[in-house]
Amino acid sequence: MEIKKTSLNKLHQDNKAKFVEFAGYEMPIQYSKGIVEEHKLTRSHSGIFDVSHMGQLFIYGDKTLTEDLEKIFPLNLKNLNINSSKYTFLMNEDAGIYDDLIITKLEEGYLIILNAACKDNDYKILSDLLKNKYKMNLDDKRSLIAIQGPKSVEILDSIISGVSELSFMTGNWFEYKNQKIFVTRSGYTGEDGFEISIINDLAEEFTRKLIDSGAQLVGLGARDTLRLEAGLCLYGHELGVDKTPIEANLKWAISKDRIVNGGFIGSDKIMSQISEGTKQIRVGIKPEGRLIAREKTKIFNETELVIGEITSGTFGPSVSGPVAMGYVKKEFSKKDTKVFLEVRGKKYPANICGLPFYKKSYVKGAIK
Amino acid sequence: MSEVKFSKDHEWILPDGDEATVGITKHATEMLGDIVFAELPDKGSNVEKDGTAGVVESTKAASDVYTPVSGEVLDINQTIVDDPSKINEDPEGSAWFFKLKMKDVSELESLMNKDEYDKFAKENAS
Repeated sequence: MEIKKTSLNKLHQDNKAKFVEFAGYEMPIQYSKGIVEEHKLTRSHSGIFDVSHMGQLFIYGDKTLTEDLEKIFPLNLKNLNINSSKYTFLMNEDAGIYDDLIITKLEEGYLIILNAACKDNDYKILSDLLKNKYKMNLDDKRSLIAIQGPKSVEILDSIISGVSELSFMTGNWFEYKNQKIFVTRSGYTGEDGFEISIINDLAEEFTRKLIDSGAQLVGLGARDTLRLEAGLCLYGHELGVDKTPIEANLKWAISKDRIVNGGFIGSDKIMSQISEGTKQIRVGIKPEGRLIAREKTKIFNETELVIGEITSGTFGPSVSGPVAMGYVKKEFSKKDTKVFLEVRGKKYPANICGLPFYKKSYVKGAIK
Repeated sequence: MSEVKFSKDHEWILPDGDEATVGITKHATEMLGDIVFAELPDKGSNVEKDGTAGVVESTKAASDVYTPVSGEVLDINQTIVDDPSKINEDPEGSAWFFKLKMKDVSELESLMNKDEYDKFAKENAS
């Protein structure tokens, strides 16, 4: 199958991107500055991420659509305000996660942002579940650009006036060159920022404008170190069909009334796991020293018993040390539990720790 | 004067009599990206030509470091273990990895000179 390219591919090339294939797309892993530099400038200033490979699924409908989506997602969508977003999951009957996603309620329906590797399957699952009752558009005419970091609000507001008034996890339609763009105050780096859905024809020139205003391109490499420091899950690593939201320690994302009343796909499993507990749970893991423990590294307790496995691990440039997440048996999940990581045949000490590794600085209310 | 030689695994070696200093090439660091972890062989240990003699890790992945010749490790560069970013800064100078007492100086003959290596690196650039 031919590798797909986003509308920003030429811009990436002009900025000396190193490319990798990711979910069938040619995506920049880094630019000339390198991952550590790109990571740090996102934390201190403003980074631009091409996330156009992700799915933008528009589903059009009214009250009945809300009711039908509540049978799928563990959210109270009836009470969700127009233009508000929620993080949630598409699950199977056993609460295994097909995808994690952000859903935003619109006047005309819903916008769902899906992982690139899952989007086609998600579309199929959702259209089956909704029995083709609603118009669905997995929109490939739109690009998705994230701008993240403390200076992003100033930079984006200078181009799209009014975005600074959005509060965290809300969005709205704005206009750019007579075209409608949808901007949400969200992201996946642990920083304040925005995601901008814009038609492909305008994506490159819009991004160049962000660059001219002081933001810099950041690749998928730094996106990974940023989200890991922020303790955020990545599908295919922390999340998959073999994991439930409760095991992934993401109970907070399930609306409280839905936990009580159920009625969504996977709710029986979720409710039983909440009352009975799970065997394993996602935790943060901090290796001692500088050792980096990658995905699939086995985790041992002090008596050499395997108690879990790392799902993501790297060097965190903002915490200046190694960081990891993984799953361990519940009885070893307490903060400060001493564990051992087997790397290249040797066991190295590490500690179970709280998440995030790097404290978020999301904007809660609107800045006037 | 001894000439610096290069291996296909992107290490450089600077011989000095029957001793030699080993490091990784600038080309290798460019391929790896930001190096954030380095592990070196134990002082006094014996390493075999083309065998593993350390590890470097970037934010992305781990890579083995091989020794271009056999010998006994006389010294290691602790400063790159303490601050691996030095490897990106000066890979073919102050950020050397280890010093060896070579077992068989003739092993150097199989290695590339600078021109040969530059050509090899260019052809193998990803």
